[in-house]
Amino acid sequence: MTGTSYRELLLLALPQTVVVLAGLIALALDLSLFRNSTNRVRFSAGAAIACAGSLAAGCCILLSQTHGAIQTFQNGMLLSNPLTHLIQIALLLLAVLTILLSIDSTFTDHIGEYILLILLATAGMMFLVSTEDLLLIFVSLELLSLCLYVLTGFNKHSVHSAEAALKYFLFGGMSAAFLLFGFSYLYGLSGSTNLVRIAAATEGSVMDPLLMVAIVMTVTGFGFKVAAVPFHLWSPDAYEGAPAPAAAFIASASKVASFFIFAQVMVLGFAGTAGNAGWNVRAPGWAPLVAVVAALSLVLGNVAALAQKSVKRLLAYSAIAHAGYMLLAIVSHTQQSIAALLYYVLTYALTTIGAFGVVAVVEHQTGGDKLSDFAGLSRRAPLPSMCMLVFLLSLAGIPPLAGFFGKFYLFSAALAGTTASLSLLWLVILAVAMSAVSLYYYLQVLKRIYVEQPPADAAPIQISILSQIVLCLIAAIIILLGCAPNLLLRLIQNALNAIIA
Amino acid sequence: MTTFPLLTLLTFLPLVGALLILVTGQAASASSDRLVRRDRPERSHAHARALAMGFSLAALLLTLGLWHAFRSGSGAMQFQEQHAWIPSLNIQYRLGVDGLGLLMVLLSAIVVPIAIAASWRVKGRVPLYFSLVLLLQAGLFGTFTALNFFHWFLFWELSLIPAFFLIRLWGGAQRASAATQFFVYTMVGSVALLLAFLGLFLATGSFDFIDLAALAHNGQLLPAITQNLGWHGMAGDRVALILFFAALLGFAVKVPMMPFHTWLPAAYAEAPTGTTILLTGAMSKMGVYGFLRILLPIFSQQILWMRKPLLVLAVATIVFSPWAAFAQKDLKRIFAYSSVNHLGYCLLGIFAVAGSSGDSPMLLTQRAAALDGVILQMFNHGLTASVLFWFVALIEKRSNGLRGINDFGGLRKVAPVFCGLMGIALFSSLGLPGLNGFIGEFLILKGVFPLAPWATAISLFGLLVTAIVLLTVLQRVFSGPLNPRWSGFADLTLRETVVLAPAIALMFLLGLYPQVVLGVINGTALAVTAQLKF
Repeated sequence: MTGTSYRELLLLALPQTVVVLAGLIALALDLSLFRNSTNRVRFSAGAAIACAGSLAAGCCILLSQTHGAIQTFQNGMLLSNPLTHLIQIALLLLAVLTILLSIDSTFTDHIGEYILLILLATAGMMFLVSTEDLLLIFVSLELLSLCLYVLTGFNKHSVHSAEAALKYFLFGGMSAAFLLFGFSYLYGLSGSTNLVRIAAATEGSVMDPLLMVAIVMTVTGFGFKVAAVPFHLWSPDAYEGAPAPAAAFIASASKVASFFIFAQVMVLGFAGTAGNAGWNVRAPGWAPLVAVVAALSLVLGNVAALAQKSVKRLLAYSAIAHAGYMLLAIVSHTQQSIAALLYYVLTYALTTIGAFGVVAVVEHQTGGDKLSDFAGLSRRAPLPSMCMLVFLLSLAGIPPLAGFFGKFYLFSAALAGTTASLSLLWLVILAVAMSAVSLYYYLQVLKRIYVEQPPADAAPIQISILSQIVLCLIAAIIILLGCAPNLLLRLIQNALNAIIA
Repeated sequence: MTTFPLLTLLTFLPLVGALLILVTGQAASASSDRLVRRDRPERSHAHARALAMGFSLAALLLTLGLWHAFRSGSGAMQFQEQHAWIPSLNIQYRLGVDGLGLLMVLLSAIVVPIAIAASWRVKGRVPLYFSLVLLLQAGLFGTFTALNFFHWFLFWELSLIPAFFLIRLWGGAQRASAATQFFVYTMVGSVALLLAFLGLFLATGSFDFIDLAALAHNGQLLPAITQNLGWHGMAGDRVALILFFAALLGFAVKVPMMPFHTWLPAAYAEAPTGTTILLTGAMSKMGVYGFLRILLPIFSQQILWMRKPLLVLAVATIVFSPWAAFAQKDLKRIFAYSSVNHLGYCLLGIFAVAGSSGDSPMLLTQRAAALDGVILQMFNHGLTASVLFWFVALIEKRSNGLRGINDFGGLRKVAPVFCGLMGIALFSSLGLPGLNGFIGEFLILKGVFPLAPWATAISLFGLLVTAIVLLTVLQRVFSGPLNPRWSGFADLTLRETVVLAPAIALMFLLGLYPQVVLGVINGTALAVTAQLKF
C-alpha cells in the first residue's frame, strides 16, 4: 500500500462532511446572527440550513452513484456502493423529518446545538453504514451514541429526561465495552479488522471457545443498540424521558443504522459460523443465539406493551417487539431476507417517526403522553388522528399499509430461506402469533383516540401547518409503499444484486 | 376484451368517494366550529349522505354496464387486467370476473345503496360513517375481482377495518364486546389463511388463483408440496391437509360455518342496522366466494378426503341454526341465525359437489346444477336478507329502537303495506315458490340429492324449522290483536315504498324468471365443475 490518497478519501466522505458542515453552520449562525430572535425563528432557520445540508449531501451521494457504482477505500475501510447510498439517503430523509417535526417544540433554548447533534449523529450513522472495518464501526457507533445520549437529556426542565439520559448512557457505555471486547477477540483470532478477512480466518472453527466469546460479546453489544431482550432495559425509560423528537430519532434513524451494521457484521464477519437455528437441524453458531434473542424480544416486547399506560413507553416496547421481527430476518440471513430486513426497517422507521410526531403534538398541548391524554383526540385534531391511525395500523401489520407488506415479505423470506425443511417455522409462527397480540395494544390507543369522549375542558388542538404536512406526507408514503411495495423493494434488490455481483 | 381498466375504476370509485366525504365533511365541521352556527353540521350531514348515495349509485350503474357487456355463457374470466406488481414475489396485479365474480359485484353494488338508505338518519359523525361504508364497498369490489392472493387479501382485510369501526362506534349497548369478538374471530381466520397461502407460495412460487387451480387440476400441486414443504419429514399429503385446514378456517369463520359462528349473532345484533345489511348482504358472501373461487378448485382433493365431516358440519349449520333462531326474541338475532341457515345450503352444495366418483355426464350436470344453485343462493340471500334487515331498520325508526318479537302485534291493521311488503320478503326468505329464495334452494337440493342423499334428507328439517320461525315472526309482529301502544304505527311512506319497490320486484323477477342470472353463472358453474379433479 503506497500512502493514502486523501483526495479519494475526501470524495468518499463528502456527503458526511457536508452534513457536519451544515451542522456547524447552523450552530454558528444560531449563536451569532439569530442570537436575539425568537425560538421559532431560530428553529426555522436551523431547520432550513439542516435541510439544505441534507439535500446537498443527498445530491453528492446521487452524483457519486452516477460516477462509479462501487468504490472502496483501504480495503473496505470506507465503502461506496448502491446499498450504502440507499441507506444513507434514507438516513438523511429521517433526520430531516425529525428536525421538521421538532420545529414546534419548546423543550429547549439550545437550538443550534440540538440541530448540530442530530446532524452529527446522522454523519455517524452514515459512516457506520459505509464501512466493513471493525475500527470504523466502533468509532462511528460511538459518535452516534454520544449524540443520542445528549439528545435524550436535552430537556433540562425535566428530571425524567436527565434520568433517561443517565440510564441510556450507562447502559450504552456497558454495551460499547462488550462490543469492543468482542472486537478485540476477533482481531486476535484473525489479525485483521476487516470483516471479510475475519470471516476467512475464522471459517469453520465454530467450537473455538475464543470465537464463541467473540460472538456472544458482539451479539450482546449490538443487542443493546437495537434494544433486543434481554438488553432492552434502557429503552422504555429513554423513550419516555427523552423529548419526543429525540425519541423519534433514536427509534427510527438509529435503528436503521444499527440493524444494517448488525446484519453486515453477522453476515460478512461471521459468514462461516452461522450455525443453524432450525428446530430440527440445530447447529451451533450465532444464528441460534440470535434466534433466542429474537424469540425473547417478540414475546417480552409484545406482552409488556399490553400493560403500558404511557404511549411513549408503549411505543418503546413495540420497538422491542419489532426488533424481534427484524432479528428473525438476520437469523435467516439469505439475500432475500436481508432485502426484507431493509424494507422492514426503513418502513418501520418512517412509521415510528410519524407516531412520535403525533405524540409530540399531543404532549405539547396536554403536557403528557398518557393513554388518557389521547382520549377523544379524533374530535380535537382530526388530521393527526387519521395519521396516527395509519401509523399504528401499519405497525400492527394491517393491509394495505407498508407494515403489512414488511411482515409478509419478511416471514415469507424467512421461510423460503429453508424451504426444504421449514426449519424456521417455529420462530415464524411465534412471530405471527405475537403480531396478533400486538394488535390489541395498538387498538387500545386507537380506541382512546376514536371512541372515547374528550375531557370536558378540551379545546381543539392547534398544530402548525408544517407539522400537518409532514405527518400527512409520512402517512401517504406508508400507504403508497403498502400498495406498491415494489417502489422501494426494487431499489433494495438492485442494490443487493449490485454488491453481490 | 376491453383494454380500459373497468374493474380498477369500479374498485377505486368508492375509495375516491370515501376520501371526498371525509375531506369535505371535515372541512364543513371545522368551519362550523368556527362559525358556531347550528345549521352547519346538519348541512354537512346531508352533504355526506348525498355524496355516499351518489357514489354508490354510480358504482351500481357501472356494474350494470359491466353486466351488459359481459359475454354470458362463457366460463372464462372477462375484463381481465394484468400488470406486474411485485416481481420479486411473483405477485401480479390481476383482475377479472367470471359469472360468479360479476354476480357478487352486482350484489355488493345493490346492497350498499340499500345499506346507505337504511342508515339515512344515523347519529353522530355522519361523514365518517358514510366514508367507512364506501371504504367497505371498495373492499368488497376488490375481493370479488382480484385473482391474485396478495391483492385479494389486501381487500379482504381492508373490508374488515371499516366493519369493525362501524360496529364499534355506532353499534348498540354491547358494541364493544361484539366488535372485538368479530375482529378477533375474523383476524384469526385471516392469519390462518395467510399462512396457508404462504405455504402454497413456497411450494409453487405462485399466488395466482388460476395458476394454482391449474396446478391442482394437473396433479402437480401435491408433488410440489411434497418436494418443497417437507416439514419434519411429514408426507406431502399431510402438509397439504394442514394447509387446507388453515385456509378452511379463514373462510369458515367468515361464512360462518358451525362451530365458528359464535361471533355472528352478537355482531349482527349490535351493529347499526345499515351495517348489519352490509355484513349479511355482502360480507358473508366473501366467505362463500372464497370456498368457490379458492378452496374448491385448489383443494378439491382435500375436500374429498374430509368430505364426510365437512358435510356433517354443513348439515349441522343448516339444521341447528333455525332452532337457535327459534329461541331468540330479538328480530335481528332471529334473522342473523336464519342467515346462517341459508348460507349453510351453499356449504352443503359445495361439499357435496366435491365428492362422488365417476365422471358420467349425468353426474356432471347434477354438479353444475348444484353449483348454479349455490351461486344463485348467495345472490338471493344477499338480496332478501338486506331487505329484511332494512325492514327491521324501518321498524326501529318507528319504535325508537324496539325490535323484540313480542314488542309488537297486530301491526297489519295499521300498516298494511308495510306488512305486505315485509311479508313478501319473509316468504322469499323461507323459500316460497315464485319468489327468489325458492330457486336457489331448489337447485341446490336437486343437485345435491344424488350426490349426498342422507345429507340432503336431514337438511330438509332445517327448511321446515326455518319456515316455522319466519311464520312465527309474521304472526307475532303483524297479526293478532293490535298492541294499543302501536296504534299510531306509521305505514310505509310513499318515498319508502318507492325505494323498496325495485328490490321487491327483483325478488319476483328472479323467482319467476331466474334465467336472467342463470345465463350468466351457468358458464362459471360448468367451468368449475370441469376443473374439479379427484
